[in-house]
Amino acid sequence: MRRVYLDHAAATPVRREVLEAMLPYFSERFGNPSAVYDLGSEIKDRLEEQRERVAQLIGAQRDEIVFTSSGAEANNLAIKGLALANLRKGRRIIVSAIEHHSVLNAARFLEKFHDFEATFLPVNGDGLVDPDRLYKCLTGEQPAALVSIQHASNEVGTIQNIQKLAAICREQGVFFHTDAVATVGQVPVDVKELQVDLLTLSGPALGGPKGVGALYFREKLRLVPQIHGGIQENGRRGGTENVPAIIGLGEAAVLAGQELTAKAGYLSGLRDQLVAGILERVPQVVYTGHPEQRLPGHASFCVEGIEGEALLFMLSRQGIYANTGSACASKALKTSPVLCALGIAPDLAQGSVVFTFNADNSEDDVNHVLNHFPPAVERLRSFSPIWRKKMAAVAGR
Amino acid sequence: MKFINDCKADATADLVYRVCPIHLLEPVDLIKDLKQGQILEILTDYDGALEDIPAWCAKNGQEFLGVGEDEDEDYYKLYIRKLH
Repeated sequence: MRRVYLDHAAATPVRREVLEAMLPYFSERFGNPSAVYDLGSEIKDRLEEQRERVAQLIGAQRDEIVFTSSGAEANNLAIKGLALANLRKGRRIIVSAIEHHSVLNAARFLEKFHDFEATFLPVNGDGLVDPDRLYKCLTGEQPAALVSIQHASNEVGTIQNIQKLAAICREQGVFFHTDAVATVGQVPVDVKELQVDLLTLSGPALGGPKGVGALYFREKLRLVPQIHGGIQENGRRGGTENVPAIIGLGEAAVLAGQELTAKAGYLSGLRDQLVAGILERVPQVVYTGHPEQRLPGHASFCVEGIEGEALLFMLSRQGIYANTGSACASKALKTSPVLCALGIAPDLAQGSVVFTFNADNSEDDVNHVLNHFPPAVERLRSFSPIWRKKMAAVAGR
Repeated sequence: MKFINDCKADATADLVYRVCPIHLLEPVDLIKDLKQGQILEILTDYDGALEDIPAWCAKNGQEFLGVGEDEDEDYYKLYIRKLH
């Protein structure tokens, strides 16, 4: 059976070039980068080269990158590390309502254990944060230390106007962090253009391995370490570095930089073909997120009258692998808080399905989905008493 | 402990919140780039630096000038003059 994998936001294969670059660091180049002898110092030099490569991809300086074990850890270091290092700026943090759990829960941690007040900024129906609303929030009575708004949502694909939002924060003297896990390697990202103080990226999103991420922090910013240990990462993050994964991240960063423009064009072509095909073939489907200002390889829908999990199951029987958008909410059979924040009705949000492409996907893959998606929806709707009731009402019966 | 006021530094090592023993590593690198007679300022929240930095200066023939008296900050400012 043909296999069409369209869940690249959840996990994507490590690229062959990346894997080949990593392999020697599991065996013959096994040294500890903190060791003083040459087997260690050579590895340390290689780590610094990867730091430079990652920095180059996002227009940063080498010393502005700290490696972490994941995007989630980088978000934690950004939120908690920066807020706790700047208590004098105030115990208030502002995040958007559609952030990743590693941002939302880091903000809640500060509320619970450090007497912070967390403000969750709403978004509009396209998933965008309103800059005026952010401005009003910042000019209120209680000063904020940090604002964190994701660059793009992996659930609805919307890309925020980060440059504008960051500029408002800069004017008000408030630090700005963006979780760019969904965008780095997918669209051009330059920290100096965006004017952000901190930015999170992750290895797997770039075609690198799992278990590695990085945080950009503007030069001279102070961060309270969240993993206490030794002098690794210049005393900002304890624990022996995951050398093979960092090598993989560096290699993936170089490849991503070389291929960015062509890849974005290719993926948006596949996305548009899929979106047009589904909207044409299946009635009562909502294309979620911003229709234009969105990730190139990301198509998300809410299909009326069905459960997204059931649709995923039906599609997987045809070799098609997609997602409902929120793995945590999906597993808990809970309505996605992101879709709720966009104002999508809970029953419609239950029918969420998200397709995310990478460069290995083809038009044939899209056609395979378009052949199997409509009958799968139709079959599920035929089982649904809610759908039947709705159709009966429409027919006036 | 020697205290000093208004010491003008030629370079600063900001090590606030960065863990021990970074206070003994980064200043060594930075002092290499200074000229003889120039002053390095070290910012750190690590209490142990109050003993370690003067001891390092004594061992390595550099002059420990003292600790800045700035009660508004929640970290220390230590000053070293490069002698060689």
